[in-house]
Amino acid sequence: MVELTSFDDLINPRLHAKFEPAPVFDDSPMVASESPKVAIDGDRVPVVIVDDLHVKYQVYSSGKSLGGAGAKRLLQASTRGIREVHAIKGISFVAYENESIGVIGSNGSGKSTLMRTITGLTTPASGSVYASSRPNMLGVGAALIADLSGDKNIVLGGLALGYNRQEISAMREDIIKFAELEEFIDLPMRTYSSGMSARLKFAIAASKQHDILIVDEALAVGDARFRKRSEARIREIRENAGTIFLVSHSMNSIIDTCNRALWIEKGVLIMDGDAKTVVNAYKAKKK
Amino acid sequence: MTAAEYAEQQGLNRVGARPSLRSYLMQAWQRRDFAFELARSRLQATNQRNRLGMLWVIIKPTMNALMYGVIFGLLQANKPHDFPAYVVIGVFFFEFFTGSVNSGAKSITGNASLVQSLSFPRITLPIAAVIQQFLTLVPMLGVMFIYCMILGTPPKWSWLMVVPLLALFTMFNTGMALVCARLTVHIRDFTQFLPLITRVLFYTSGVLFGVDRILNAFPILVRMFDFHPLYQALQIARGSIMNSVDYPPFYWVVLGVWAVVALVGGTIYFWSAEERYGRID
Repeated sequence: MVELTSFDDLINPRLHAKFEPAPVFDDSPMVASESPKVAIDGDRVPVVIVDDLHVKYQVYSSGKSLGGAGAKRLLQASTRGIREVHAIKGISFVAYENESIGVIGSNGSGKSTLMRTITGLTTPASGSVYASSRPNMLGVGAALIADLSGDKNIVLGGLALGYNRQEISAMREDIIKFAELEEFIDLPMRTYSSGMSARLKFAIAASKQHDILIVDEALAVGDARFRKRSEARIREIRENAGTIFLVSHSMNSIIDTCNRALWIEKGVLIMDGDAKTVVNAYKAKKK
Repeated sequence: MTAAEYAEQQGLNRVGARPSLRSYLMQAWQRRDFAFELARSRLQATNQRNRLGMLWVIIKPTMNALMYGVIFGLLQANKPHDFPAYVVIGVFFFEFFTGSVNSGAKSITGNASLVQSLSFPRITLPIAAVIQQFLTLVPMLGVMFIYCMILGTPPKWSWLMVVPLLALFTMFNTGMALVCARLTVHIRDFTQFLPLITRVLFYTSGVLFGVDRILNAFPILVRMFDFHPLYQALQIARGSIMNSVDYPPFYWVVLGVWAVVALVGGTIYFWSAEERYGRID
């Protein structure tokens, strides 16, 4: 090992290899990468079909590179600094009516990207997603305005989800009750604690009976009591003939609420099956 | 059997596929309440924490008109008749155009989290931006009429012509906002250019000058202004409100054509990139 004696050596660029970022997703396939043909169960009603899905992002790795910043970059034809992230690599599966599917995998494995593609918010590079009705993401936070009262935000969030005004005034009381915000509902949302606004957001978003619902880590809001109630609400939606995708790192809530699970790692579907089996395999691998 | 055939057989549709223009517009129409509520809430929220609140909607353009009126009133030797009213009408109406284009341009890129978490026709966002500007304009117009009366223009029936004018002008502005919204998605740098463009338009649309007076040495240029949509909107407004300004009736036709072309073209242009707006890169 070379001993670095001078501090100048540490920062002398000629003594060190140029930094090459490691690929975010290495291309060595973790499992057999030939896309498995969609297994079709003829007896049940399919709701979502994901067919050999690939999603890629092109991102500037770090704002501006040191050398070719500004006007110089406009003139350069090279695509230095652009990195392609292959976030989903050929995932296929079929989701049936009345299923609740847990999606597990480590951070950055492509779970959220897969969910966003299923809702149609991200366009796939190749492959496609078919659905019986448009899947909805359980999230309404972005439509709300912190300077307005909780009450006005219920109206705004409801309209953003596609209700009309009568429906919203009908479910207003339920939302307020579910969020436990009776005394604070006329205060601006910026005065709420993070738990309070998370509760309000969940209450607005979950007020509707969705056919296909995607819950991305939203169950982790609020205190233990609210978490219990929101899980119960999710189950209720499922029992009313909905199909649910639940993205979570909490294996217990996956086993409690889901009957099937998908394990995704580095953009590849590793395992698809009964929730308990998949969670056990995932836990065994992670140890 | 491939997945596509299976999906077809079971009556499943491809997610994220751009709907036909007809069904797109129908979906957008169903979200009209959302667009309106979004516009109204944003307008409220912007001024809520100011002491003077909604009064700023009126104070800001008034101060603008005052400033431009004084500066260009002193600088210009060859002023149009009734210069104060001329400037007030020009500035107030032009503000509607600038506001629509600026906030329209930011309506997709500035609402990225909304675009990425909820699915609705994206055209709702630029339209909400224009509605917000329209809601700002309405009290401004009331104030404008009061100023005009103070400045010596008595009310008359032709003031009502402002209503059809606003309809055409709003159509035109919506079209422009839609075009700017999509351009900004493709080229972020566009928002840097935009203030420059609106500034140039401000000085070339006859907001502060009588075009025929300044340019009477160049009849071709004066002729070109007969087809300038912003100039025409301002002239029609002045002609309807003031006594000293006249405009040829064909301005209505030309402005109408501009409005329809801008709105239809802008809508189609915006719709054809619908699948692009949710992308993160």
